[in-house]
Amino acid sequence: MIIKILGAGCAGCARLENNTKEALRQLGLQADVIKVTDIQTILSYGIMSSPALVIDEKVVMYGRNPSVDEIIKLIKDNK
Amino acid sequence: MSIFYLVQCFADWLTYSIFSISKGSVLADAVNFFIFDTIKILILLTVIIFIVSIIRSFIPAEKIRSILSHKYQITGNLMAAAFGIITPFCTCSAIPLFLGFIEAGVPIGVTFSFLIASPMINEVAIVLLLGLFGWKTTFIYIASGYLIAVIAGFVIGKLNVQHLIEKFGVSNRNTSLVPMQLTWPQRIQSAKDYTSETLVKILPYIVIGIGVGAWIHGYVPTEFIVRYAGGNSWYSVLVATLVGIPLYSNAAGVMPLVSVLTQKGVAIGTTLAFMMAVTGLSLPEFLILKKIMKTKLLIIFATIVGLGILFTGYMFNFLLY
Repeated sequence: MIIKILGAGCAGCARLENNTKEALRQLGLQADVIKVTDIQTILSYGIMSSPALVIDEKVVMYGRNPSVDEIIKLIKDNK
Repeated sequence: MSIFYLVQCFADWLTYSIFSISKGSVLADAVNFFIFDTIKILILLTVIIFIVSIIRSFIPAEKIRSILSHKYQITGNLMAAAFGIITPFCTCSAIPLFLGFIEAGVPIGVTFSFLIASPMINEVAIVLLLGLFGWKTTFIYIASGYLIAVIAGFVIGKLNVQHLIEKFGVSNRNTSLVPMQLTWPQRIQSAKDYTSETLVKILPYIVIGIGVGAWIHGYVPTEFIVRYAGGNSWYSVLVATLVGIPLYSNAAGVMPLVSVLTQKGVAIGTTLAFMMAVTGLSLPEFLILKKIMKTKLLIIFATIVGLGILFTGYMFNFLLY
């Protein structure tokens, strides 16, 4: 599984990254967590409001900062 | 504002009973002013930012983009400037928004209306204006800012500037983004997060701004301010606008200061021009935008908005004197 965190360096991105790693730890899953900061790449996902969470190339959440529990649910739903 | 009666009581109690500063002294006046204003602004900011964040959760930028895509001039400009008011703005979001709009077929002029209104008219500016200047000045500020955004966007749309935007060639593989269905707890959580993040970010500036304002309020004689920033000279609006350009990140701290200067006699048009220049013409934003547009377009954009601000400043100095 490849998880991407999209965001051009706003404060929320770091929190989303940490929460995602925590969610993976709680789930006991291994996944590559990649931070994407390049604006062109972010836009190619159709996203304007950051941060966004992409699981295996599918945008599952954008424009907010969900809790660890919600990220766990998002990962389970999109595995 | 009677809801702030309790805040005034608290400020009085703190100043006179706890700090035991004798009533009527200049120091008491300044301290009382500082405590009252800080608490009042803090309450207003918390409430309004929270409410606006909730409204915003219903209209994300992606939705605005699809509404504005292929909209005609004028209607598009009017709508874009209105959307700009409720959209939060940070310099880091300027490029994704701008390019995202253009790529989705939002006309350039309409995109500019959005880009101008977004930083100039936002909930933080509105709260500070309401709390420090009252509803009349707030209304004038919002109405003029909105008009500037609509007209400037319309004018830029009429000029042929397409070739002045760097082509990024974004291959949009995901244009039909599934709208996120949010639950109320999620909206409230996001709004809470955004409110506390914003407050933490701007609070130091506000406290310093009110602090220096309180000091001027108490210690700097009115004649001094009137003499040096009086506003009856022809160049005062121009100087105020130019000085405002590099101050964006400190907008929250600048407003409390300016409100004291206004109480001490600086003309309202000069004040308005200054605040609009602080929020609407920002140096960091220009530097960011330079990555995606030619300098010529940046100059056209800054000139048109700058002229709008100057016009507003001179008009209100003329009308209200």
